[in-house]
Amino acid sequence: MNILHDITIAAPESLLLAMGLLGVLVGAVLKNGFNSFSRLFGALALSAAAMLAAFQIGSDPAYAFNELYRITPFLAFTKTVAFGVAAVALLMSGGYLGREQMDRFEYSLLILFGSGGMGIMLSSSSLMTLYMGVEMLSLSSYVLAAFNRESRRSAEAGLKYFVLGALASGLLLYGASLVYGYTGSTQFSEIAAAESSIGLIFGMVLMLIGLGFKASAAPFHIWTPDVYEGAPTPVAAYFSTAPKIAAVVVFANIAFTVFGAFEESWRIIVGIMAALSMLVGAFGGLGQNNIKRLLAYSSIGNVGFAFMAIASGELYGASPTLTYMTIYVLTTLGIFGVVLAMRRREGMVEDISDLNGLSQRKPGLAIALTALVFSVAGIPPLAGFLGKFLVFEAAIRAELYWLVGVGIIGSVVSLAYYLRIIWAVWAKDAAESFEATDGVVRLSVYGSAILAFPVLVIWITWLNNLAMNASPA
Amino acid sequence: MMELTLGHYLSVSAALFTIGVFGIFVNRKNIIVILMAIELILLSVNLNLAAFSVFSGTIAGQVFAMLVLTVAAAEAAVGLAILVVYFRNRGEISVEDVNMMHG
Repeated sequence: MNILHDITIAAPESLLLAMGLLGVLVGAVLKNGFNSFSRLFGALALSAAAMLAAFQIGSDPAYAFNELYRITPFLAFTKTVAFGVAAVALLMSGGYLGREQMDRFEYSLLILFGSGGMGIMLSSSSLMTLYMGVEMLSLSSYVLAAFNRESRRSAEAGLKYFVLGALASGLLLYGASLVYGYTGSTQFSEIAAAESSIGLIFGMVLMLIGLGFKASAAPFHIWTPDVYEGAPTPVAAYFSTAPKIAAVVVFANIAFTVFGAFEESWRIIVGIMAALSMLVGAFGGLGQNNIKRLLAYSSIGNVGFAFMAIASGELYGASPTLTYMTIYVLTTLGIFGVVLAMRRREGMVEDISDLNGLSQRKPGLAIALTALVFSVAGIPPLAGFLGKFLVFEAAIRAELYWLVGVGIIGSVVSLAYYLRIIWAVWAKDAAESFEATDGVVRLSVYGSAILAFPVLVIWITWLNNLAMNASPA
Repeated sequence: MMELTLGHYLSVSAALFTIGVFGIFVNRKNIIVILMAIELILLSVNLNLAAFSVFSGTIAGQVFAMLVLTVAAAEAAVGLAILVVYFRNRGEISVEDVNMMHG
């Protein structure tokens, strides 16, 4: 037992939480003077945490805090991506928050604490740590969704998210209590070695449902479109990136490592969740006009694809899950950057028809958006295609042919609404132009679009190698 | 005199949990009732944990129950805060009116 050793292993989260607390202190002293500086402060802390996590990718799996805490390359890689995109999402929000009169330092601190929670739940090695991490992330997310205090929609989004999120935590917790009761331990290593019993299986299913709620997999997705639409746009951008990859990877990690012995039991459940998510994501998005709602359905569909990889089992599915989610969050960040750029003189606009003729007004943004949307849709040769390819490959190797069929239907149907965006951008007559885009937002959109391009085959091979080496075991 | 077994505790806890879940979905009146239902779910979990802890002779369950109590308090605080913001915007808190966004 060496506290220094423990802190080293939990370095990224320790840094985030220390900086968060420091931020609370500075905020209490400086009051509103901290508001504009706080985003830079938060983004620096998050990037430093991402770097610390990146250093851990190469090291061996290790335990800390009496085996309550664990780090593996798989988890360290996820943390790197999650903290990195959280930093970008935080920086992107600057202009929006300022214009909407809600540039308060609490915003950055909530993202810091939420990201710390992400790290804790990813690294958890006991039911208690898992619950603590999940709640840290959830509680700060509820507040973020309701961050625009003056807006009725934002308050309603926060309320809905809170009620359904608390229910999900309740299910997770009830499942955890059953798992504890029937195995006699809260340690993951001991649960994994326990004998099967009906109570344990029941607890496992409840836990997976609770985590599926957080990852917004169908049929537990009902909150997602409402929360994305009602929450302030930069908050929706954050929700669909960092917490999304963290939730999916936690789900995979719990399924693979804790309940690895019951793989045959949960594979069918995860498979059904995957199939439903892909169908809901594809058909639900068809009739949407609000781009944030559309992106919510797109994210449900994409979580479905990641779940398809998880349903393929640890052997085939671990690294495709991670590669797929990494490519997805990096792309979505760019698309949300474009949504943040949809601003007219009278304020933010969110309809797909507002994108009409973007190619004539802002060709750079239009090209970037086209690349990003095609990438999410999985059109070769963009990065998203490779992610989908790996996922399908995993499912075929695991002989989940019915799921592959559903996945193809989902891809084709969702292509309809992705093409609608492209159609609006290139083929429709120009609507009134948008105001000038913030520099950070523009930079993130272009950066994300470049990452979606095949020039970076090297990037993808590198990513896949990393994800491959970083399998959970 | 009947002896209380683990099964009795689990049944009570399962009943509380079910009431809590139904309280969220069936309730058509007031959002405060939903907060109470959430609290009921967390308390049923605590009962579960305490019973398992006593009957299995491990201490972890009781530690876990203390953690859950703490988090439940934090959760209630956040929930009430969001409810206050909601009330300020809408002037009422009936469940049927939480419907600005749908589709």
